[in-house]
Amino acid sequence: MPSLKDLRNRIASVKATQKITKAMQMVAAAKLRRAQEAAEAARPYSERMGSVLANITQAVGGGGDAPALMTGTGKDDVHLLIVCTAERGLCGGFNSQIARHARDHIRRLLADGKQVKIICVGKKGFDILRRDYASMILERIDLREVKTLGFVNADAIARKVIHLFNEGSFDVCTLFYSQFKSVISQVPTAQQIIPAATASSAQAESADGASAVYEYEPEPGEILSDLIPRNIAVQIFRALLENAAGEMGAKMSAMDNATRNAGEMINKLSITYNRQRQAQITKELIEIISGAEAL
Amino acid sequence: MAEAFKFELVSPERLLVSAEVESVVIPGAEGEMTVMAHHAPVMTTIQPGVVTVKAASGGEERYVVFGGFADIVPAGCTLLAESAVAVKDVDRADLARRIQEAKEDAADAKDDQARSKAEQFLGQLTTLEGAILPA
Repeated sequence: MPSLKDLRNRIASVKATQKITKAMQMVAAAKLRRAQEAAEAARPYSERMGSVLANITQAVGGGGDAPALMTGTGKDDVHLLIVCTAERGLCGGFNSQIARHARDHIRRLLADGKQVKIICVGKKGFDILRRDYASMILERIDLREVKTLGFVNADAIARKVIHLFNEGSFDVCTLFYSQFKSVISQVPTAQQIIPAATASSAQAESADGASAVYEYEPEPGEILSDLIPRNIAVQIFRALLENAAGEMGAKMSAMDNATRNAGEMINKLSITYNRQRQAQITKELIEIISGAEAL
Repeated sequence: MAEAFKFELVSPERLLVSAEVESVVIPGAEGEMTVMAHHAPVMTTIQPGVVTVKAASGGEERYVVFGGFADIVPAGCTLLAESAVAVKDVDRADLARRIQEAKEDAADAKDDQARSKAEQFLGQLTTLEGAILPA
């Protein structure tokens, strides 16, 4: 049985922890709002990009002049995974969820005899994947210094990826990130970005019959070869923004839980403390009374 | 008074303009072009330059864009800019940095094709700088 002093110390320390988790929760809530706004502000661009891409794909018509970034290398041997996670922990299962999703994917690919290469964005995913697949990690991109996520960050990553592709170091590129559904639910998602998934653009084409009469300046193929790399950057940018919002959402609910748990713990400890103090008082009283009776 | 049409200027970070406008001047890949209502559908890449937006309510606004795409249909015009800022908010240091980078690119270009491309880009940036400096 801990002494009264020990209990008092415990209660004080849990209270201090609770204050910290509460503060972190409020910080996460404020940051979440900002991240959410950023994610929403970026949405029009990626939507327009999608429709433009759909139109132009139709114009080029999957002919011989479609760039390799879109059609792929025709092989399926080497896979590049871009795993986007948070730079910081203390956000519940957020990072491990993404990492687990990526790991399942890696296992499947390895079982099929494919070669896997990994680029980690964010420290946490790197820490988790390093344990099992250290030899496959090509690079770790550090965004810790970045205060507000800008398009330039995503563009830099996209450039690296495209450079690797042009060198022929991989055939298929998949992006792993966490889709921001709501504050309490983030869904780890895998999205193939090279070769570009054309299923969705095929649907958009049939819906928009007017696109056939477009005039192109310069030639469609040339525009496309400019557009596709940019589209990759946009996809990565969107993933990063969704991740940022998801991280804050996960952190907020994790810290909310922590605050609540600390509260419960304080309650329990206070009850034990009060009982024990009462027990001691009773014990002392009994001693005094029995002492007086003995006289 | 010309007919108004819908114009949107979007950068990856946000939607800058979404308004009814009278005309828009775009620095297209093959020269500047003015877009008005009922323009034939055109898709073009854009060069670094100044976009001039004439609002339907009168008033003119100018934006600096660094590359991107314009998607023009009779009903409207969407400009997807890689990076866009209003002329009055242009960061001179940022522009200078871009020019510096372009210069380096031109210097490191391996073959003639890449060099002429880099030099062309540099030329566009310098013109752009000249165009907004008095502003």
